[in-house]
Amino acid sequence: MREVAVVAFTQSEHSGEDQGVLETEILAPVIGEIKERTGLTRFGFTCSGSCDYLQGAPFAFVSALDTVGAWPPISESHVEMDGAWALYEAWVKLLIGEVDTALVYGFGKSTQNDIRAIFTQQHDPYYLAPLGVDHVSLAAMQARAYMEKSGAKDEDMRAIAARSRAAGRGNPFALDLPDPADDAGFDIAPLRPHDIAPLTDGAAAIVLAAGDTARELCERPAWITGIDHRVEPHSPGARDLTRSESTRIAGEKAGAAGVEVAELHAQFSHEELILREALGLGDDAAVNPSGGALAANPLMASGLIRIGEAAARIHDGTASRTLGHASSGPCLQQNLVCVMSGEK
Amino acid sequence: MPSDVNHVVEFPGGYTRSVGPVIGRFLSELRDGRMVGVRTSGGRVLVPPTEYDPDTGDDVTGEFVEVGPVGTVTTWSWVAHPAKEHPFDRPFAWVLVRPDGADTALVHALDAGVFDAGAEAPKFLKTGMRVRPKWRAERTGTIGDIECFLPEVTMINPQAKLEFRLSGGRALHRYLEGIAQGRILGSRCPVCEAVIVPMKETCPRDGVPTTEEVELPDVGTLTTYAVNNIPDPRAPEVPFVSGYVLLDGAGVPLLTLIAGVPADQVRMGMRVKAAWKPREEWSPSVGNIKWFEPVDEPDVPFDEIKDYL
Ligand SMILES: [Zn+2]
Repeated sequence: MREVAVVAFTQSEHSGEDQGVLETEILAPVIGEIKERTGLTRFGFTCSGSCDYLQGAPFAFVSALDTVGAWPPISESHVEMDGAWALYEAWVKLLIGEVDTALVYGFGKSTQNDIRAIFTQQHDPYYLAPLGVDHVSLAAMQARAYMEKSGAKDEDMRAIAARSRAAGRGNPFALDLPDPADDAGFDIAPLRPHDIAPLTDGAAAIVLAAGDTARELCERPAWITGIDHRVEPHSPGARDLTRSESTRIAGEKAGAAGVEVAELHAQFSHEELILREALGLGDDAAVNPSGGALAANPLMASGLIRIGEAAARIHDGTASRTLGHASSGPCLQQNLVCVMSGEK
Repeated sequence: MPSDVNHVVEFPGGYTRSVGPVIGRFLSELRDGRMVGVRTSGGRVLVPPTEYDPDTGDDVTGEFVEVGPVGTVTTWSWVAHPAKEHPFDRPFAWVLVRPDGADTALVHALDAGVFDAGAEAPKFLKTGMRVRPKWRAERTGTIGDIECFLPEVTMINPQAKLEFRLSGGRALHRYLEGIAQGRILGSRCPVCEAVIVPMKETCPRDGVPTTEEVELPDVGTLTTYAVNNIPDPRAPEVPFVSGYVLLDGAGVPLLTLIAGVPADQVRMGMRVKAAWKPREEWSPSVGNIKWFEPVDEPDVPFDEIKDYL
């Protein structure tokens, strides 16, 4: 089995407001920086994650290839998902030995569209989309189900939002969000505005490399010791919303036990509680030191950023085993867990 | 979301989809006003049905089972400010409803009643509450054939109203004749010599006919009172004070409203005077006296009113 590692990670300075730039204009400096960082201008494989609905144009992801440079023709693929799933595809490609390096990126703008209306259209077209039910409304139902079962209170949710926002203020790439207001009302109850990941524009890139190439490119590669993703039924009514069985299995397969840092793609406060339980994270694990998605949530890059942030803790030597998590679909339908280690 | 929309993506006329035999059966039954689930080989009933068992991925059986229409809310969220895609333009709840007989739940909207924008969820909304679909009159075979769910009926509020033609009797008739002229009339008991007001033909103490008509002043002493916090059409506002006023010269106190003084400053023994409506509004009605108001006289010592409580 080949050893594969995250050897570089870059991201944009994310914005909560439309900066008047195109997705490709957000992405280009991120790609430029990772090329410079690794000294690579060509990659064995390139894979991206994005969602055409965010731009409202078919094949919108193709224009992002301008930032990579696709001549002479490159080996390339795309997932209509978060870049974390693009990373999975690239990892498989590296594993089977076809290539030694892969560039993975994800990008998205949330400020130029109505995200809730868009996510409504991503739901099944027979039972959910015609109702007009959006992902925040569904998440709020999951929050209530979890709170009623676990006894978690409003204050527990607020504490997660407060900690995430404070961490985000210390992260130059995340948004600068204030502490949750004491008199914050409800968005869709029981969720309050601070319980919901902010609208964010941004992009991120990761370079994966195998074996000795990884060692040449990075002083302390973040070796992927386990990666797994699982999906649950789409219909929220066919699931137990109070737990995340897909995360539990993915965590078990990826070897999540005992990580020092976990970057969780919790886009709502209660999701962090559900994910912590599913992954068996104790108080000794630092959760979302970057601020997580509650401090910056560039769609289609946010999950990839979790992996990148977790890898960066290994690159900088502050941790030796970390975990990046990504999620997709309503109410934590799909979950990907990537466990990395500084030692191989 | 910027308000200046300059790009729209849509399928004019909608996007045509085939639904297959399982979803198609469910939607056809909905059009007929019924809810059905499909049974899995493991025996579970899926609502809304899918072609596959979400636990195993196996094909479901061809057995359809009528469920509900009543169901139980398994969780819910409250939308205080609906979006334009939402099914209501006023606050409503999203619910997951498990119809009776089903093993899974259906997402739908719940109409909890009429609330102003921004209202918090009503207290009666609870996980576990029983709900029932409200069927659309014109059904076409979509999930929207259920317009929404409604709470099961747990209470009714029947209106009761009986009509009478009462006569107040001779004494009351005479009393109201006096009131219509701005006079308060009582009647004296020949045995105890007390003046009874409003006048009666019989002394309630001695059981003998009263014999003498006596006009009383509209000034008296408040003997006791109560502060009322439940609105009454006859009272000026809440809280209002009702009290017994012993008119000067009377032997029994008169029940009336007390006003012109804050409720917390009303006292037993307080001297009061009738506040009459303007003379042109007088009729043979006790309503000619709006209420009694304090007059600037010293309070009457308790000993002098203690026998009239
Ligand atoms: Zn060029």
